[in-house]
Amino acid sequence: MDYFAQQLINGLTLGSIYGLIAIGYTMVYGIVGMINFAHGEVFMIGAFIALIAILSLFALGITAVPLALLLALVIAMALTGLWGWAIERLAYRPLRNSFRLAPLITAIGMSIALQTFVALTQGARSKPLPPVIRGGFTLSEGDSGFAVSLSYMQIIIIVTTVAVMAAFSYLINSTSLGRAQRACEQDRKMAALCGVNVDRTISLTFVIGAALASVAGLMFLAYYGVIDFFVGFVAGIKAFTAAVLGGIGSLPGAMLGGLLIGLIEVFWAGYFTAQYKDVAAFSILAIVLIFMPSGLLGRPEVEKV
Amino acid sequence: MADGASDATRDDLLRVENLTMRFGGLVAVDKLSFTARRGDITAIIGPNGAGKTTFFNCITGFYKPTEGRVALAHGSQAAFEALPAATFGGKQWSKAEGAGAVFLLERMPGFEIARLARVARTFQNIRLFAGMTLLENLLVAQHTVLNAASGYTIGGLLGLASFKRAEAEAIDKAAYWLREIGLIDRADDPAGDLPYGAQRRLEIARAMCTDPVLLCLDEPAAGLNPRESAELNALLLKIREEHALSILLIEHDMGVVMQISDRIAVLDYGQKIAGGTPEEIRADPRVIAAYLGVPDDEVEDVEAEVGL
Repeated sequence: MDYFAQQLINGLTLGSIYGLIAIGYTMVYGIVGMINFAHGEVFMIGAFIALIAILSLFALGITAVPLALLLALVIAMALTGLWGWAIERLAYRPLRNSFRLAPLITAIGMSIALQTFVALTQGARSKPLPPVIRGGFTLSEGDSGFAVSLSYMQIIIIVTTVAVMAAFSYLINSTSLGRAQRACEQDRKMAALCGVNVDRTISLTFVIGAALASVAGLMFLAYYGVIDFFVGFVAGIKAFTAAVLGGIGSLPGAMLGGLLIGLIEVFWAGYFTAQYKDVAAFSILAIVLIFMPSGLLGRPEVEKV
Repeated sequence: MADGASDATRDDLLRVENLTMRFGGLVAVDKLSFTARRGDITAIIGPNGAGKTTFFNCITGFYKPTEGRVALAHGSQAAFEALPAATFGGKQWSKAEGAGAVFLLERMPGFEIARLARVARTFQNIRLFAGMTLLENLLVAQHTVLNAASGYTIGGLLGLASFKRAEAEAIDKAAYWLREIGLIDRADDPAGDLPYGAQRRLEIARAMCTDPVLLCLDEPAAGLNPRESAELNALLLKIREEHALSILLIEHDMGVVMQISDRIAVLDYGQKIAGGTPEEIRADPRVIAAYLGVPDDEVEDVEAEVGL
């Protein structure tokens, strides 16, 4: 039981990170109908910006860890959002009305370009961040000598995710930007006829997705303490899987999918073998898609006339 | 409903000159010139494939016309005086708002046509945001106002008082239109769940929430039963009376067309073949020929008769 509780905590932490990245995939898919394969790299860039920001803040003498982390979070969200905007503007918008595969190929190209850019400018070796937040609670001292612990870092990750998700849901459900975005998702041309600037709304979607990915990037960095130019690839594929599992296009689905993928991975590694954790996650995806082709919370595709 | 007496007060709102839309070899609209007067309900009729919807698509920014000019004047037709300068100056409008502004619709992107030129439309095959509630559909239509009031969302997130007020006003306006179309009880249902006739009314209400000066309706009576189309007539006349608005109407239902329109333009093969009051149109042999068709060997007789 103790072991189970520990895995649950670990799984939720990992799942939070996947969920935040998955939202970027699902939002972009919802509004422009393309899979932004460069989104994993946006997450990676967010982590790098966060790392540089934290180290710079420490160097500037801001050593209060909560303040430094908060500032780094704001800086990472702003700058990564800018990256997201630039990627859409340069690589995707010119091809928006092109044939269906063009944006997909561009996205893969963009993904490689961003990886290479970071590898060249930051070096290919992995970058460590010394643990900034240590310690935690010990929830129970099991009879078997197995202690369930909940680190402060895990609490921060889960709480931040919940807070960011709440703000994000408010944005989507109750602001005029959110309504415009959902309108664009359903019928872009009609939204334009209602006075919605569709190009700007799509840009903002990329910015928001990138900002959320950078939150995930900062948490990934602080949790694992090491990043390299390649972290975006695996995390991106997992988050994409999470978005598909939850039902691509569905925002609650992305979060649910993220949590499930995180839990499956951690539990599989905990009870069976760590080598096959990815196989387990992808197998569950395959099984779910066979029985529920539109994912757990996805709506079946409605053909627009 | 032809109202000759008020002709003097009804000046030009929309001037379409030489509008041509080609799709490859197909000429859907062919050097069409057309004028709609402020305050009128102008019906556009014609056989299937005459280019009516294409014409609408050119006005509302769905298509970029191959050739021609589509100019809309706010305020009065005196605004058209600024048209040559705007045309040759390569501008999209003479000024962005206020009376006396003239807009070159064929140069403007769709959302600017809705936002600045204030042209709204509905569709033959209804295009509501089916997954959003009735209220949200009407709020999206007020996006321009809300977005500006919310300081492009940032103020909205911070919950500024000015945004709260703007949002309350937007909800009031939406509620007003929901009452007008008799759907206030279903404000929080998804629009896709409404029956067909109600969806048509909601689409008109949504168009009205964008605060248009020109409302383009593409077959609003299609698929309605006689009672519903009588209600539609009443709604359109009421809208026109109460909201200082001009209406362009594509319609096949002659009951609707003859009862409510002030002027009728008849299109065939992308060209305007006749125009005038309902009485004139009813008696026009060209219109009858276009609608009923005539055998090939009689075409010349008909043409001679109508002086083509």
